[in-house]
Amino acid sequence: MTVTLFVPCLMDAVYPAAAMGMVTLLERLGHRIDFPEELACCGQPPFNAGHWAEAREMARPVLKRLAGAEVVVIGSGSCGAMLKVFYRELFAGEPEEAMAAEVAGKVWEFSSFLVDRLGVTDVGARFARRVTFHDGCHGLRELRIKSAPRVLLGNVRDLELVEMSEAVETCCGFGGTFATKHAAVSTAMGEVKCAAAVASGAEVVVSNDASCLMHLRGLLVRQGVPLQTLHLAEVLVQS
Amino acid sequence: MSATPAGTFREESGRLAGDLEHRRRIASAMGKYETARGPRQGAFLSWELGRQALADTKWEAVNRLDEHLERFEKEATARGTQVHWCRDAAEARDAIVGIIRRVGARRIVKSKVMTSEEIHLNSLLESLGFSVVESDLGEYIQQLKDEPPYHFVFPCMHLSREEISGLFHDKLGTAEEHDPEALTMIARRVLREKYVEADIGITGANFVVAETGMISITENEGNARLTAALPRVMISLVGIEKVVPRLGDLALFLPMLATAGTGQPLTCYNTFYGGPRQPGEADGPEEWHVILLDNHRTELLADPEQRDALHCIRCGACLNVCPVFRAIGGLSYGTTYQGPVGSVITPHLRGLQDWKHLSGASSLCGACTDTCPVKIDLHHHLLHNRRNAARERGGVERWVWKAFSFVMRRPFLYRMGMRVARLMRPLHAALLEGGMLDPVRAWTMSRELPELAEETFRERWKRRG
Repeated sequence: MTVTLFVPCLMDAVYPAAAMGMVTLLERLGHRIDFPEELACCGQPPFNAGHWAEAREMARPVLKRLAGAEVVVIGSGSCGAMLKVFYRELFAGEPEEAMAAEVAGKVWEFSSFLVDRLGVTDVGARFARRVTFHDGCHGLRELRIKSAPRVLLGNVRDLELVEMSEAVETCCGFGGTFATKHAAVSTAMGEVKCAAAVASGAEVVVSNDASCLMHLRGLLVRQGVPLQTLHLAEVLVQS
Repeated sequence: MSATPAGTFREESGRLAGDLEHRRRIASAMGKYETARGPRQGAFLSWELGRQALADTKWEAVNRLDEHLERFEKEATARGTQVHWCRDAAEARDAIVGIIRRVGARRIVKSKVMTSEEIHLNSLLESLGFSVVESDLGEYIQQLKDEPPYHFVFPCMHLSREEISGLFHDKLGTAEEHDPEALTMIARRVLREKYVEADIGITGANFVVAETGMISITENEGNARLTAALPRVMISLVGIEKVVPRLGDLALFLPMLATAGTGQPLTCYNTFYGGPRQPGEADGPEEWHVILLDNHRTELLADPEQRDALHCIRCGACLNVCPVFRAIGGLSYGTTYQGPVGSVITPHLRGLQDWKHLSGASSLCGACTDTCPVKIDLHHHLLHNRRNAARERGGVERWVWKAFSFVMRRPFLYRMGMRVARLMRPLHAALLEGGMLDPVRAWTMSRELPELAEETFRERWKRRG
């Protein structure tokens, strides 16, 4: 099928390898990639800040472009939740209401697309590291994705998946503009998550959310902790 | 200290987020809560179905609030209870002071009443020369400390036993004592006398039962029973949202409240109060007054989007799981109700523009919504408060988002922005990073900036052809 790939700004600029990994894996599975270059942001930042008129302005071209897609795949749970859950609320009572509902039905977070839509649980990767997984809150609680990334990681050769024993489903503290508006609080939350990741004994923290990874990496590097951060797609293309 | 609620919140939350000892204490207390709660929740046939059942009952209660309250009044009045309808804090204060004056009371003992914090009852009564004593152990400690409750279920959870011992030593003249049981016995000795001396007992209520005209109080210490039983006049100050249609509803509410709130199967004492002393009865108060307090709750009722916030049974579970609460503690909020539910309802109770900052102080992780036993859509309501506040008053921020939107919708400008960012990055790192002039200092104070890739995905894609 033709997979329309939504690559938001953060993946574009900071995690291009993850986006490239998604392309590689999906093409390897025989799908054609459609990449709308002009769509750089789903509008979540103004939406979360409460500025819904501006969010709608940003979301409208996204909706129009994605309405013609067969399926839409996205590598970040938070942008995925915006497209799949919050567009419907954002456009409730607007002319685009029906379109938002239609697009919502086509949007998939990357790991969930592989496992739940395509039924692919083993992508043939090999990665000899001890890995722990961080659930981004939007993926976990808005999209209810918990098992798909773990199933995929569980089938990576030589990879040892260890769960955190504390703060398992706890937020990394990023929260978009919250991270700078309430920097001290956000940092305190992130420290709890980093400590849990370190205590798990993992060498790598993997997530399916680019913004969480950016936050965790920012904290870990500053703390001088040798714990690597990788996007799920970056792990799944290892061989 | 900044004078505005937002300024105070900013200072206090920032200070406490950096206080590692404070964070350790809260994490330890909440860890114990989680350990206790897990198996209790698992003992329900289906916790999820239970949540849905509670939410359904609350919808029924709140959507016909007027009818249920009138039914309560009718049933309660038939047994000699006096019901007072109070629109706001001033009316409730007047009603309570009126009763106290009429019966010539001097001494007042209270069990846990969060609504009385809402209407600032203690300071009013003390200013009028009455003696007021809190009988819930945690509330009593906070009263001695002259500090509001830290957490609306665990009022003094932030204090160590050494601190409590020191407080008792200073205020009551008792010897230093670090054994929790011995400390409890000190408070018990003091409080027993207060119950006997008191002319009036003031309680809250966990539930108001329309069908039977009763209130239900849930507690672990027995202090509410003594507060209700010994003084000759009893006053119960309750928010109007506490109503449930039927007594049978409590069969599920009581265990779920206990499990969600404290990890108990049931709290130690669950008591129904059905009226003052009836003819031929040997004990109980001579008069019982129920104050039904609105205090802006009907404004929440009028908001179809956030009406479910009136489902709240004040179990405190959303505070217990909230990573923000764990970072900043309860006093930072400056509200009667702390944590996620407090951040949702306080803007409705006390003014959106003054309290919108609480809705902003969240990563919107949604742990609160998942744990709420009555299924309040808490974290989405934080979003709704943000939207309502920005709609009313967009401020400078609106223009920032307009500019952001303008750039992000134009691929040329977006590409330019990315290039500029990449060019500026080494300059920023060399000259500004972490310094006072750093425009992204809020980030770089505690975190490294992300590394921008040599080539964006869009550039790679183009090159690939």
